[in-house]
Amino acid sequence: MSGNFLVYIDQSKGQALPTSWEVLSAAHYLAEKLGGSIYALALGEASKAVAEMAYQYGVEQAFYCDDPSLADYRPEPYTALTSKVAQEKGVSVLLFPTTTRGREVAAMCAVDLQGGVMPDVTALEVVDGKIIATRPVYAGKLLAKAVCSVEPVIITTRVRAFKKPQGDASRSGVAQRVDAVLAEGDIRTRVTGYAQAEGGVSLTDANVIVSGGRGVANNPNLTPPADMDEKQAEIWRAQQGFKLIGELAAMLGGAVGASRAAVDAGYIPYAHQVGQTGKVVSPDLYIACGISGAIQHQAGMRSSKIIVAINKDPDAPIFKLARYGVVGDLYTILPPLTEALRKRLGK
Amino acid sequence: MNIVVCVKQVPDSAAKVVAEGGKVTWGDAPLVLNPWDEFAVEAALMLQEATDAEVTVISVGGESAKEALKTALAMGCGQAILISDPALEGADSRAVAQVLAAAIQKIGNVDVAFFGKQAIDGDMGVTGAQTGRFLGWPVLSLASTIKLEGDKLVIERSIEEGRQIVESSLPAVVSVSKDIGEPRYPSFMGIRKASRANIPVWTLADLGINAPTPLVRWPDVVNPPAREVKTEIITGDSPQQIAEQLADKIMEEKVL
Ligand SMILES: Cc1cc2nc3c(=O)[nH]c(=O)nc-3n(C[C@H](O)[C@H](O)[C@H](O)COP(=O)(O)OP(=O)(O)OC[C@H]3O[C@@H](n4cnc5c(N)ncnc54)[C@H](O)[C@@H]3O)c2cc1C
Ligand SMILES: Nc1ncnc2c1ncn2[C@@H]1O[C@H](COP(=O)(O)O)[C@@H](O)[C@H]1O
Repeated sequence: MSGNFLVYIDQSKGQALPTSWEVLSAAHYLAEKLGGSIYALALGEASKAVAEMAYQYGVEQAFYCDDPSLADYRPEPYTALTSKVAQEKGVSVLLFPTTTRGREVAAMCAVDLQGGVMPDVTALEVVDGKIIATRPVYAGKLLAKAVCSVEPVIITTRVRAFKKPQGDASRSGVAQRVDAVLAEGDIRTRVTGYAQAEGGVSLTDANVIVSGGRGVANNPNLTPPADMDEKQAEIWRAQQGFKLIGELAAMLGGAVGASRAAVDAGYIPYAHQVGQTGKVVSPDLYIACGISGAIQHQAGMRSSKIIVAINKDPDAPIFKLARYGVVGDLYTILPPLTEALRKRLGK
Repeated sequence: MNIVVCVKQVPDSAAKVVAEGGKVTWGDAPLVLNPWDEFAVEAALMLQEATDAEVTVISVGGESAKEALKTALAMGCGQAILISDPALEGADSRAVAQVLAAAIQKIGNVDVAFFGKQAIDGDMGVTGAQTGRFLGWPVLSLASTIKLEGDKLVIERSIEEGRQIVESSLPAVVSVSKDIGEPRYPSFMGIRKASRANIPVWTLADLGINAPTPLVRWPDVVNPPAREVKTEIITGDSPQQIAEQLADKIMEEKVL
């Protein structure tokens, strides 16, 4: 393999998604083994400053395009331009963060460039000059080694699988503007508006996640307001439980997760769901409260560094994954745990 | 209108999947319609109800994939086609996308091709976008609502910063998120109809294409290293005492 590396920095309105910088670690690892230059590319409104931030992580040249046709993310113009830059720079490996945009543009560049795409990679090796990517499959029940037999090799790296490199603020450079490929008239979609996201849940980037399951509704000592029917009362109870979870998460600067049972029962919006049909997360600390630990839930949190389980049932499968377990009621454990940690962290 | 839904058959999400000699096995666990594709079928049927469209469900796979197609028929899809060819053994996502694109072209006059978010076996999440690219159609991914307004499709889609409302000309590829709503259950009538359905099989020759060369191979599949967790159960006389001990342990891990 010969040639250069193109790292796609995923950004919106001048804000890079933090996982974008992790991709540069993967690129440096490969460039050390294989040789070649590393380029960075950022697209969209205010992308110049983001592209220039890449210099502190060690790139040869950063490119950007802030053409009005790229102001709203649309896969077609983003892909067309990414493919063009890759071709012009003789790129043999394209690397993206595994984000909504990253995965999609990577997939479509693979069609344009007749390359092979390996999404959501957690580890890379180089053996006999060939890149071997490791990807979790079957919801992380197995690891597949993947190789691409042609160039370019197209990789998206899983959030938090690679460490963000040390930046060096003394390194800087000027990003070079590239021109958009598609004219507005050639683009068959139009973004007509934005709807609010469901309240700042950034589960996949979180260092700490505190999650609740069906158990959060189970507190017979609570008396719901008298005018509620049974279902409303259950949701009301669950909300009291999620309040305790939210307080611990907020104190730790973390995010709130949930099991599917909690989401399906209407305790909390889907954006919080962790698991096979929710988000895949790997925080440093995952605290599961009132979650049994079904295989589909495990699929989303198994790779967390330290798992803590609080559950009434000593036989709950979640304890098999947990480094620390408390067999008990989340309602009695969480408030003193929040206080005890608050004290120790001096908050 | 003509709608196509692309579905895959996969081992059940609760299957005990293990690697043996670099290959994947799941014992006698059942094969099912990919759970994410149920949302795609639901979206297709919702659009059908709003527009009186024809819905065709297609899959690339072995003979057994007819069962997944039958599930989609039982949910209410009008017809099914299996695309099967020994030459597709070892196909990667790009190859499958190329075959799906050829099948969609052969069906003809298709306005919308629906996909699931990802297949729960390979967890790739790329085939819909790749098929759209081969067809040269706009790709609208992770749609949570879908409406036809005049000759335009209007969808809401989730991206990291929130939801975008996107308007697109037809034809288009749409992948569907869970937010579309719970997939319907097969009806009794639907199950009867599906069980009697005679599902046509198309080969690559029928599509008029050669087998696409797979570019990505999986030379080895391994079991993940066993998680070396020694679980320590924290006990104490009171919740306060337990909480204090647990807090100490968490601090010792240096993750905060
Ligand atoms: C195709 C498919 C996809 C799925 N995807 C997902 C997914 O993405 N994410 C997911 O989470 N699930 C998923 N599931 C569902 C999964 O199988 C389980 O049903 C679900 O995870 C159970 O949620 P739970 O642990 O909250 O509920 P339960 O299994 O009911 O567990 C509740 C737990 O709370 C404990 N408890 C009760 N009261 C208290 C209390 N006061 N204090 C402490 N503990 C208490 C109980 O002992 C019990 O262990 C999926 C299932 C299928 C079939
Ligand atoms: N073999 C297949 N036949 C038909 N559709 C497929 C096939 N593989 C994948 N798809 C579709 O593409 C989506 C994404 O799959 P994947 O990229 O494999 O995760 C799935 O949810 C299906 O809608």
